[in-house]
Amino acid sequence: MTAVMGTPRIRKEDPKLLTGEGKYVDDIQVAGQLWMGMVRSPFAHAKVNGIETDEAKSMPGVHAVYTGGELMDMGLWVAPLPCAWPVTPDMVNPEHYPVGTGEVHHVGEIVAVVLADTRYQATDAVEKVEVDYEELPAVGSIQAAMADTATAHSDHDTNKAFTWALEPNPDALNDAFANAAHTVTGEFVQQRLIPSAMEPRGVLAVPSPAGGEVTLYSATQVPHILKVMMAATTGISEAKIRVIAPAVGGGFGAKLNINPDESLALTLANKLGRPVRWTETRTEAAFSTHQGRAQQQKIEVAADGDGKILGVRVHLDADMGAYMMLITPGVPLLGSFLYTGVYEVPAFGFTCDGWFTNLTPTDAYRGAGRPEASYAIERAMDMLAAKVGVTPEEIRRRNYLAGGEAFENLEVASTLVFDSGNYSPNLDMALDMAKLSDLRAEQQRRRDAGESKQLGIGMCTYVEICGLAPSRALAGLAYGAGGWEAGTVRMLPTGKVEVVTGSTPHGQGHETSWSMIVADKLGVDPDDVEVLHSDTAISPLGLDTYGSRSLAVGGVAISMACDKVIDKARLIAAHQLEANPDDLEFEFGRFGVKGSPDKGLLIQEVAYGAFTAHNLPDGMEPNINEQMVFDPPNFAFPFGTHIAVVEVDESTGETTLIDYIAVDDCGNQVNPLIVEGQVHGGIVQGVAQALYEGAVYDEDGQCKNPSFLDYLVPSPTEVPSIQTEFTYTPSTSNPLGVKGVGEAGTIGSAAAVINGICDALSHHGISDIEMPASPMRVWKAIQDAKAGN
Amino acid sequence: MIPSSFDYVAVDSADAAIGALTEHGDEAKLMAGGHSLIPLMKFRLANPTVVIDIGRVNDLSYIRDAGDHVAIGALTRHMAVETSDLLKADVPLLAHCASQVGDPSVRHRGTIGGSLAHADAASDLPAALLALGGSVMVKGPNGEREVKADDLFVGFLENSLADDEMITEVRVPKATGAGWSYQKFNRRAQDWAIVGVAAVLNGSAGVSLVNMASTPLRAAGVEEALASGASHADAAQRAADGGSPPEDLNGDAEYRTHLAKVLVQRALTEAESRKS
Amino acid sequence: MQIQMNVNGTDRSADIEARTLLVHFLREDLGLTGTNIGCDTSSCGACTIHVNGESVKSCTMLAVQADGQTVTTIEGLASGGEMHPMQTSFMENHGLQCGYCTPGMVMASVSLLNENPNPTEHEVREGLEGNLCRCTGYHNIVKAVLAAAE
Repeated sequence: MTAVMGTPRIRKEDPKLLTGEGKYVDDIQVAGQLWMGMVRSPFAHAKVNGIETDEAKSMPGVHAVYTGGELMDMGLWVAPLPCAWPVTPDMVNPEHYPVGTGEVHHVGEIVAVVLADTRYQATDAVEKVEVDYEELPAVGSIQAAMADTATAHSDHDTNKAFTWALEPNPDALNDAFANAAHTVTGEFVQQRLIPSAMEPRGVLAVPSPAGGEVTLYSATQVPHILKVMMAATTGISEAKIRVIAPAVGGGFGAKLNINPDESLALTLANKLGRPVRWTETRTEAAFSTHQGRAQQQKIEVAADGDGKILGVRVHLDADMGAYMMLITPGVPLLGSFLYTGVYEVPAFGFTCDGWFTNLTPTDAYRGAGRPEASYAIERAMDMLAAKVGVTPEEIRRRNYLAGGEAFENLEVASTLVFDSGNYSPNLDMALDMAKLSDLRAEQQRRRDAGESKQLGIGMCTYVEICGLAPSRALAGLAYGAGGWEAGTVRMLPTGKVEVVTGSTPHGQGHETSWSMIVADKLGVDPDDVEVLHSDTAISPLGLDTYGSRSLAVGGVAISMACDKVIDKARLIAAHQLEANPDDLEFEFGRFGVKGSPDKGLLIQEVAYGAFTAHNLPDGMEPNINEQMVFDPPNFAFPFGTHIAVVEVDESTGETTLIDYIAVDDCGNQVNPLIVEGQVHGGIVQGVAQALYEGAVYDEDGQCKNPSFLDYLVPSPTEVPSIQTEFTYTPSTSNPLGVKGVGEAGTIGSAAAVINGICDALSHHGISDIEMPASPMRVWKAIQDAKAGN
Repeated sequence: MIPSSFDYVAVDSADAAIGALTEHGDEAKLMAGGHSLIPLMKFRLANPTVVIDIGRVNDLSYIRDAGDHVAIGALTRHMAVETSDLLKADVPLLAHCASQVGDPSVRHRGTIGGSLAHADAASDLPAALLALGGSVMVKGPNGEREVKADDLFVGFLENSLADDEMITEVRVPKATGAGWSYQKFNRRAQDWAIVGVAAVLNGSAGVSLVNMASTPLRAAGVEEALASGASHADAAQRAADGGSPPEDLNGDAEYRTHLAKVLVQRALTEAESRKS
Repeated sequence: MQIQMNVNGTDRSADIEARTLLVHFLREDLGLTGTNIGCDTSSCGACTIHVNGESVKSCTMLAVQADGQTVTTIEGLASGGEMHPMQTSFMENHGLQCGYCTPGMVMASVSLLNENPNPTEHEVREGLEGNLCRCTGYHNIVKAVLAAAE
């Protein structure tokens, strides 16, 4: 048998998904189910003076209508919805129950629910609930929040939620700026994004017919966390809640929350003894699912005469939205450590103010804080290059950590220790693939000819933090949980291997990758490995999938559990072969006695022997059933170079992405097919932020583009095929040497695209374009530049 | 996102449809492919109490050579218009515009009559009909009449038909060998145009605009300038004459006005190059 | 009201409300949950099926509009236990991740090749303009369709 790891392999998951057999939450029908319809506030900030439900109650098929007040009186909750990340001791955390009563704080906040026999009846009845609102002044933007003329919560004096700082050496930072030959300042807007996983969120709570237990099916990335949080907030014993994430149609962070709908379905099902379900519509999702980014950034870079960085100073204003959801306030912190990028930065300082608005709450979205950080430093590096008068690649080379040479375990300015890096070869490969000098010649030709379509080449050399997270590091950030992951490997009597993982895939192909890890370790056929996941009854221990952590923590746990399997199997094999354990070689799934090639046992034979327990060493427990809970000693730091080649039509402002080159380094790879797919998808999400997407709210806090008609998720026609290549710098943070790749594409691409547009328009003196770089925005920037504004 | 309840009436002829319209009055809506109506009903922006399904009026699905013009049954699907050899040869602008509607799945269902009746200023086919100087045949209780494209679009999502009338046929003059162009500017291929320009150069010039007013609009200023011998570039400067561009996230009035000029110029240049 | 249609080779009839969307009829009345719903605006194509052999968005059709027609959903694409070549090509080219857009994407792709058996990359992208995917960045979907065309 040849090595499985590192070889492209078609996914096990696919046949079901390709034939319509994948079961998402909305696909599951149970007898006696009630459809929940949400009555949502049409106002961003209002007082609820009264709710009239009689007409709705009389509608056909309607089982019940409950106002927020009635639900609170039913005693369904012992605590509000949780925020697990109180980033400072004095952080303001407004009480957030699944239903609003008295005052509502964003459009879409639930004020009443309808329960009806069918989806159609629930929809009809929702329309008949009459709510008397008294509109209050709304905080419709972060600027309005910072102005503090109105407060998002009437009982607050200010919209400020917290100030968090990472200032390892403020004096050094001040000195850096005082002594700088060059300084650049970038002020960037990270617009609000609607995550838009293709499967809308949905939930189905089913009380056990035998009583006592409730099963919650949810389109969630975090069944384990959801279970703990449901228990903590409803008072239902953790042991009586089973959470199942069936097939989940993408998450991108948007499915890692603890949502009002989940809690309502669970508690009402438990109370009524009937299944309760709900599925959001796409347009509803703009109000019922958290959003991403929503930050204003100011980054200042000080450098010497050669463009060597002396210091980086960052201030963020982050829009929390109306409430603190599970990790809302922590998202900017996740980025804080990456504002120094892949560069040697002698002095660094970061501050962040969190602000409440009357908008949909924000929380993690693919990259969560890190794409923002990467964007800021990579945009600033291009500005610095222009100021110093060198190329974007040269300014980067001059500042790479370790001079661009290979390194391991290097402490950087933001106080983290980067596991490994080797940046120059990665950049070189990308520049070669892009044929940079040809591109620059063509750019010059178009410029000289005064053509309408100008060419721009944008690059980004990013680093990201993956493998969330060493539990002790999380303790330092005041996060309310650990960062370990659990994995169990069971040798079955039939020779098959059962793997249980605490990671929760929703498109990433864990079943295939985990099978490959196990096959590689144990020398079994990957098709003989069955990976079980996403059901807290089957996999009771886990911390789920987010932050590019699955492989670097959960996959490593599986690999280490395999080591335990081998250790135990070796003892059994040695006993049965009457050999010394140290004299056994384990290769290709067989324990062989050194020097006696004929003497050996397959691991499957050992497993069967462990099952029958007829002939085990004295005192050994029967069966091979090994669990590993891996708490990583450090994060992993993947990196890469992305180059976007854009064409900007100056007469319309339209930007076309004509080529994209990505050279990523995520350490060792398990399944290159999956790695490449993650890169492709991530890149397009970043391109989407750069060119197409952005939730737009008016000053009253009304979203102007909640549907897919106006919220421009790119289609196949808006993006090109992508050239991908890889370098391989193993991580030192785990025995597999893997880093993580789920968010990499998104972290690299937005900056590359905007750097490209700015490059195309540099002859107009344009050095920044706000995202999304819509045709109108670009055209206006050109007009302003021409007019000398 | 579920329509309100309604009564459903399926008809198999135009006469039956008109009979049903007469019976149910303005509470009723005709549905052809449903691709304009059903989305509005799902958002409950349209709540007809009666839906008259004309989708099965099969004798209104045809594309015929009618001598100096091509006659297209109102129930003809966009995909049939897009792929018609007759239209590709004799009225290529119309075939091309049909190919720009929505996406293929939408074009398998949406109909030319439905699209024109919907009278959406942001839609592709009304502009084509205006530029081509086409017309529609309209049937009502008192018989059939011809309505010129210029008289068809009267307001925001409003046509000039009476409540008990329906479009039965679309007539487009043959423009064999004429220069033509359709410039559709949007951010995603599937979207409506931010601005679009249809142009036909066939002796005289027919130029029309998408999404530059509350109705599909003839670019009268451009046509007039061209008729009086102006260059394409000069004519294009009058692109927005008579327009009242809508403002939305994709474009304000200033930007749309500018786009219209750029796209008219491009359309005229391309149309000129296609003349034979 | 009473409707009847042939779905994946079997005649099905049901008594439904006129307003029932075809996608809900397929999913909830017939239990064919392979066809998914991803939006409200005919934008995403997750609900793409074939009616009389052509791709349509089943969220923008009433079930009554399919009365008497022939409907094929993703469940009816494979035959005799063998996946359709388009399904195989999606698998071989990693043209899916979470799988939610996939049934619609596959149905749209089959329809695309029916109408244009040898498309260019550009034509594949244009042919799938009405189908959104959030996972793959389309790269491998396009590759899969081009491979299936060969």
